Amino acid sequence: MIDAATKKLSLFNAWVAFGAFALACVFGMYQVLERSGLVSFIQSPAVYFASVSTHGVLMGFVLTTFFIMGFGYYTASASLKEPIWNMPLAWAGFGISLGGTVLAAIPLLLGKASVLYTFYPPVQANALFYIGATLLVVGSWFWCAIMIVMTVRWKKAHPGESVPLPMFATATNAILWLWTSAGVALEAVFLLLPWSLGLVETIDVGLARTLFAWTLHPIVYFWLIPAYTALYCYVPQAAGSKLFSDELARLAFLLILVFGLPIGFHHLYMDPEQAAGWKFLHMVGTFAVAVPTLLTGFTVIASLEMAGRKAGGKGLFGWIGALPWKNPMVLAAILSLLMLLLGGFGGIVNASYAMNAMVHNTAWVPGHFHLIFAGTTIIMYLALGYAIWPKLCGKALFSKELALVQLWSWFIGMVIMTTPWHVLGLLGQPRRISSVHYNSVLTLAWDPYELAMILGGLVLLASACLYVYILYKTQVEGVAAEATDDRAVDAPDTAAVPPWLNSFTVWNYLILALMVLSYGIPIAQFFFMKTYDPTAWGY
Amino acid sequence: MHIDILERKWLYVALGMVALFVAAIFFTAVVRGIHPPSHVETIDSASLHLSEEFAEDKLGVQPELLADGSVQVRLVAGRYGFYPREFEIPAQKTIRFRLASMDVLHGVHIPMTNMSTMVVPGFVSEITTVFPKPGEYPLLCNEYCGLGHDHMWSKMTVVAQENWHAPTTGGKQP
Ligand SMILES: [Cu+2]
Repeated sequence: MIDAATKKLSLFNAWVAFGAFALACVFGMYQVLERSGLVSFIQSPAVYFASVSTHGVLMGFVLTTFFIMGFGYYTASASLKEPIWNMPLAWAGFGISLGGTVLAAIPLLLGKASVLYTFYPPVQANALFYIGATLLVVGSWFWCAIMIVMTVRWKKAHPGESVPLPMFATATNAILWLWTSAGVALEAVFLLLPWSLGLVETIDVGLARTLFAWTLHPIVYFWLIPAYTALYCYVPQAAGSKLFSDELARLAFLLILVFGLPIGFHHLYMDPEQAAGWKFLHMVGTFAVAVPTLLTGFTVIASLEMAGRKAGGKGLFGWIGALPWKNPMVLAAILSLLMLLLGGFGGIVNASYAMNAMVHNTAWVPGHFHLIFAGTTIIMYLALGYAIWPKLCGKALFSKELALVQLWSWFIGMVIMTTPWHVLGLLGQPRRISSVHYNSVLTLAWDPYELAMILGGLVLLASACLYVYILYKTQVEGVAAEATDDRAVDAPDTAAVPPWLNSFTVWNYLILALMVLSYGIPIAQFFFMKTYDPTAWGY
Repeated sequence: MHIDILERKWLYVALGMVALFVAAIFFTAVVRGIHPPSHVETIDSASLHLSEEFAEDKLGVQPELLADGSVQVRLVAGRYGFYPREFEIPAQKTIRFRLASMDVLHGVHIPMTNMSTMVVPGFVSEITTVFPKPGEYPLLCNEYCGLGHDHMWSKMTVVAQENWHAPTTGGKQP
């Protein structure tokens, strides 16, 4: 059982996250509608690009960061059976992140920060946007510190015992995030802020893009680890079996941490400022990090199969039908794995060193990452919300049936939206355009797919609204219920694991070595090569 | 550390799959020499018009073939177009594009082909490819570059080799 103060902290963080989520879905809906060109009076590149920027920041930075913080506090308190260390610090982190979000929102909504999610110098946003985004990240570092301190203190107090798996995953994520966010933080502090405040006139675009690439890929693992935590810790139990292997789960998290960090360059495959050899090296790393994901797929499916067979499923596939599909966590896991399968396939195409040229910056890319992020990852966040809300509020979930409808509709909406997106990419449509009216016959083939995406957007928006409604109803009008013991997080089985699976010190040195190897010269080259930096441009 | 026999098998399958993918890419990169555009060459974007290579009268399809027989095309990317806006090249012949941005970040691709590169201010992008079929192809900007980004496109015409003639001066096409 977790204490009241932690519940409040988790709830505040999670509400900011899901509020941002619902708002971002409204922007998403507007975007598919605007792009289709169907409703003439909403056509506006200025509004569209402000909307895309806001949607990306809300989903990628606000929803994720706040959800991960809220869920992390819950996990730490529940699995270590301790109150949160240094509660004032946790609230300070929350306040700084929220303040940063509000500061960034002002120029975003005024159309003064239409630099999209990846910033894009030398197009320059209002300085307030960079300050706000930086504060959002700085606030999250408070969370990282608290997670690490709690893990270290617990280990001191429990010598020889292994850190409970959910907390092990959370601590991994805190360390991962400190390493990950350093890239964009360096870009913001040394390049974007001085430049947007007018202290320097020019900006090194090649260096800025390289620093952003440092953050751009491992940030995906920062988002993904809570989803994997759900798959490893919640799903087997919800399905009625147990986790196939505790040790391999730890190994998967560590592999993600170590190999997920130094591989961001594949986002620069088509860039001229980095040489082929470095791109090749990062490609090999990118494929290496597919291994923990393949392991996760195996472990989760093996755990589900054990559950299905225990429930009487026979034959090669009979166990699938025997699974408790009416359990939101199990349903979410099945849907999530389906999307991971499709999205993972697309990801292998993107990661392929030279094949990437066919799909780079086409509509294929948002199609792909909406499957992985908005599909695989978010659907597990949604299920985690259903799992922890009753515990945080002490009330029974408002309606399990509606929750199932909500998860199914999110999945269906995502399929309706991402399938045409992939096709449009193969037909050569660029991403990040606000209308599709090029004066070329080729583009006529795009129109029907644009229309299909509106349907997907509608289903997704309805699903997001339903989600917030269910959480709200649970908290405000729900029936008080005794919180049942959730063994997955409250008392997980912990195997006695070897020390190298229970400590991060060695891994941090390994990451440092890999980062120097993969980014040392690619970053240093901008200081020994003669570069010409452009000045700022408006929209 | 305990690893179940099934897990061990799966681990080998997973590692084998990854090794296969990497080997395939290794083959095309090292043996066939296929790389993404990675030409680390800097240029002052602010003074392109004064430069040797990207001055206005030097743009477009170049009159002289390169030493290896390929056709060179120089383009400047700027809001909102690739300059020159139209040009004509032969089919089934190696084309080497050299592009530079005069303002912000751009990207270019030609749908249904592998002609694709980012155009980053301060750098020259170089990319070599072949277009097998004659026809009209749009060059689309694929990186957000400002509010007119949707309208940033130019036209390339690919003609059969026997109908193509090298221009007499750069930038005056077709
Ligand atoms: Cu452009």
